[in-house]
Amino acid sequence: MGVDNPLGDNVITTSLDLLVNWSRKSSIWPMTFGLACCAIEMMATGASHNDLDRFGIIFRASPRQSDCIIIAGTVTKKMLPVIMTVYEQMPEPKWVIAMGACACSGGIFDTYSVVQGIDEALPVDVYIPGCPPRPEALLFGLLKLQDKIMQERNSFGNAIGLGERYIPEAA
Amino acid sequence: MAATETMTLNMGPQHPSTHGVLRLVLELDGEVIVKVTPHIGFLHRGVEKLSEHRTYHQILPLTDRLDYLAPMSNNLGYILAVEKLMAVEVPDRAETIRIIMAELTRLESHLVWIACHALDIGAMTVFIYAFRERETVMEIYELISGARMTSNFFRVGGLSQDVPDEFVKKVSDFIDVMPGYLDQYEGLLTTNPIWLKRTVGNGVISAEDAIDIGLTGPALRGSGVDWDLRRDNPYSGYEKYQFKVPTGENCDTFDRYKVRLIEMREACKIVRQALDRLTPGPVLADCPQVCYPPKENVYNSIEGLIHHFKIASEGFVAPEGEVYQGVEAPKGELGFYIVSDGGNMPERLRIRPPSFVNLQAIEQMSVGSMIADLVAVIGTLDIVLGEIDR
Repeated sequence: MGVDNPLGDNVITTSLDLLVNWSRKSSIWPMTFGLACCAIEMMATGASHNDLDRFGIIFRASPRQSDCIIIAGTVTKKMLPVIMTVYEQMPEPKWVIAMGACACSGGIFDTYSVVQGIDEALPVDVYIPGCPPRPEALLFGLLKLQDKIMQERNSFGNAIGLGERYIPEAA
Repeated sequence: MAATETMTLNMGPQHPSTHGVLRLVLELDGEVIVKVTPHIGFLHRGVEKLSEHRTYHQILPLTDRLDYLAPMSNNLGYILAVEKLMAVEVPDRAETIRIIMAELTRLESHLVWIACHALDIGAMTVFIYAFRERETVMEIYELISGARMTSNFFRVGGLSQDVPDEFVKKVSDFIDVMPGYLDQYEGLLTTNPIWLKRTVGNGVISAEDAIDIGLTGPALRGSGVDWDLRRDNPYSGYEKYQFKVPTGENCDTFDRYKVRLIEMREACKIVRQALDRLTPGPVLADCPQVCYPPKENVYNSIEGLIHHFKIASEGFVAPEGEVYQGVEAPKGELGFYIVSDGGNMPERLRIRPPSFVNLQAIEQMSVGSMIADLVAVIGTLDIVLGEIDR
């Protein structure tokens, strides 16, 4: 009967890119970095009722061990340099989630002291609206980030120093 | 003897135990703290300045985001100040629901406190348990206001709307089970030798020092000062309720922990009394100059629509004058001081946040102890940077 399959279903074939992407998306480790109100909903997402651990998402207290930063709250002009430093300390590859209206656009705080959206300084991957977003919204945002990670190409090549990671244009 | 010199260490603003964006500059002799200097302002959003350009109703959403662990207490403090300024009488039902929500907020705030405090000291289980109960309070918030945290439920003169029918059962069920959960936390912590080692004798501040610094709330009562605004300067009808005001004896972190746990039990009792007092009736004062019209009028009559439009766009004009209203928020005395120049916006709104004043005690509480004890002191002060920086 045509192709012989002596190993049964015990072998799967994939590309190295997909393998790297799969492992990255299954272990997103965000920074423990609460700024304001949204941080409480971020904690609630990580706590018993919603439980982020089942997605492989475990909060890390050090930027050196994290690969995702959730900007959870109002970013002030005094705080921005600190966030930049923390972001720079994170190893590649790294992703940014803007959680809540303040991080997306400044929210209701259109004042002299508030940065009007973290995208003025950092490359944001996922925006989550809401003031504050519900835990379900944060979960959805993290799942969207997982989708985005799965679409990346040349992630293996980039990891061994060949070329850049990129996301192909939608067909 | 060899010469030694102190070391300066920066703690925060990115630090898992500083409860947000607090920055502490520590001067250390080995591991012993010589000096603590808090640096604040990393969450300064200009709430007071924004308030000067908003009508009295429009300021309400800003107050939600001050102490974001206790949004309804902030709402209550601000609304009471405006009502004092406008001399509005609030209907009985609205007052009772306000008290139910204020006490549930106290429970919620203390739940997050015990979760974070225990997590900082190393008891992760309590964090998981406390957030489970907090979710129930959030469901009640959502039931009445549609939002989980920033509820924005109160209005000048009453409430934005009446509570749904299932509210009473939901609150009642929660109040029934909550003392059992509190026993669970006590079982995990009160006799736990690690917890005792970390909290007994830590962060001691005498009653005189606490009064001098201006501590309020559980931080003051933990030092044995019997002072609670709900009892000693009642507002919103608190004089009709029976509750105990717990105080500590040893002025340390463990006593403040006990005080807060008893406060949570008392909050359950106050909510129970309030549920028993709850009678049907209007939830908004009959004061058309200040209050929004009922929704059926807005939808069904042109006069009602115009009335709603006037209140929503222009607000109302407050008489010239100054007013201060303090409430016993979960963290201490939260005060709103409004200066009105006779317009539809306050000329100046000053907020007296409890965390800001309580933070001053950090130096006195932690000098001479180890760095690890400082984490317990931050936890026991129960600060929220949202209201410190405003």
